[in-house]
Amino acid sequence: MCTVCGCSPEDHHHDHKHDDHHDHDHHDHGHSHSHGDTETARKIAVETDILSKNNRLARENRNLFFRKGIFVLNLVSSPGSGKTSILERTLHDLRQKFRFAVVEGDQQTDNDAVRIAATGVPVRQVNTGAGCHLDAHMVGHAIENFDLENLDVLLIENVGNLVCPASFDLGENHKVVVLSVTEGEDKPLKYPAMFHNSDVMLLNKVDLLPHVDFDAEKCKEMARQVNPDILIFDVSSKTGEGMTDWYEWLAAGIRQS
Amino acid sequence: MHELSLTQGVIEICQNSSGGRRVTAVVLEVGELSSVVPEALEFCFEACSKGTLLEGASLIIERIPARGKCHDCSKEFHLRSYYNSCPSCGGHQVTIISGEELRVKEMEVD
Repeated sequence: MCTVCGCSPEDHHHDHKHDDHHDHDHHDHGHSHSHGDTETARKIAVETDILSKNNRLARENRNLFFRKGIFVLNLVSSPGSGKTSILERTLHDLRQKFRFAVVEGDQQTDNDAVRIAATGVPVRQVNTGAGCHLDAHMVGHAIENFDLENLDVLLIENVGNLVCPASFDLGENHKVVVLSVTEGEDKPLKYPAMFHNSDVMLLNKVDLLPHVDFDAEKCKEMARQVNPDILIFDVSSKTGEGMTDWYEWLAAGIRQS
Repeated sequence: MHELSLTQGVIEICQNSSGGRRVTAVVLEVGELSSVVPEALEFCFEACSKGTLLEGASLIIERIPARGKCHDCSKEFHLRSYYNSCPSCGGHQVTIISGEELRVKEMEVD
C-alpha cells in the first residue's frame, strides 16, 4: 500500500450499489419518504476545497523537501518553448556544483528523460496518458527513486500546457514559466493564472529576436501587469546568452534551502 | 480533462462526509477566477455520480465574484481577470480577496 496516499498497486476503483451496506432503518418508522421530503433531509456543512487531496499531498511533498534541504522548481510552459533544452544546458553547466534530480512529465514517450539522462543526472519519466498536468501524487511517487539525502535540487518539468498545471500544487518552492520569442507576446494576458502563479519567467530563444516580430518589452510589461513581482530572465538555451543570471538566482535559492 | 478529476474529488469528499446516507444535493462554491467551467462540472457530475451515494443528486454551483484590493490606495473592487488595475489609482499591485474558490460548501442528505 502506498504510504503517501494509501492507494494500492492494483486499480482500486470500485462501484458500490448503495443498497449493499447502508442502514435503511429510517424505513422502519412506518412512514415512507419521498425524494425531497424536507423533514428527513439534513444539511451537512462540508467546507472542503475540491483540490484538498492534491493540496494535502503537495504539503507532504513540501515538508519532505524542506526537511531534506532540497530546492524544488516546477517548470511550466506551452509545448515547444524550450523547457527541456533549458534544463539540458543548466544541468550541463551546473552539475559539478550542485546535486540535481529531474522529474519529466509528458503524456507519452520517455524522450525527454532520455535527453536528461545523457547529462548524467538522475531522472524519472512520468507519463500521464490522457492527463494534462502532473499532480502531487505523481511527484510523490516519482521521487521515491531518488537518493533524497544527497540531493540539492529537484527540477520538475511539467506537461507542456499553459492552463491546467497552474491549479495543481506539486510541493515546489517556485513555479518557473518559460515563454519563447517564437510565441505570441501577449501570452501572459491570455493565460493569466499561470503567469500570476509563477515567481520567475524565462524568456527563451532570444537569439531569434532579429528574425521574429516579437516585442520583448511589451511582453514583459504584460507579464508584470498580471504579476508585478515576477522575475524575468532573457535567455537562450542555444547560445547560452543570459543563462548566468538564471544560474545565479538558482544558486541563491539552493543555498537558502 | 481536469473537470473530471475535480468532479471525482467532489464525489469522494461528499461520500466521506455523508455518513453512508444518500446525498440529494451538493452545493459548490466556484470562484470567477478559478480555471473551471461550471457546465463541464455539471456534465461530469451526472456521469460520475452514477452508482454512488450521489446518483440523482442536484448540483448547485454558487459563483463567487472576484474581488481585489489595491496595495496602493486600499480600494476594493470587482476583478474581471488577474490583470485588472485599480480603477481608482491605476495601480497593478492587487491582492485577490475572493474569486479563486473551488470548494464543496454543503450538501443535503436523506
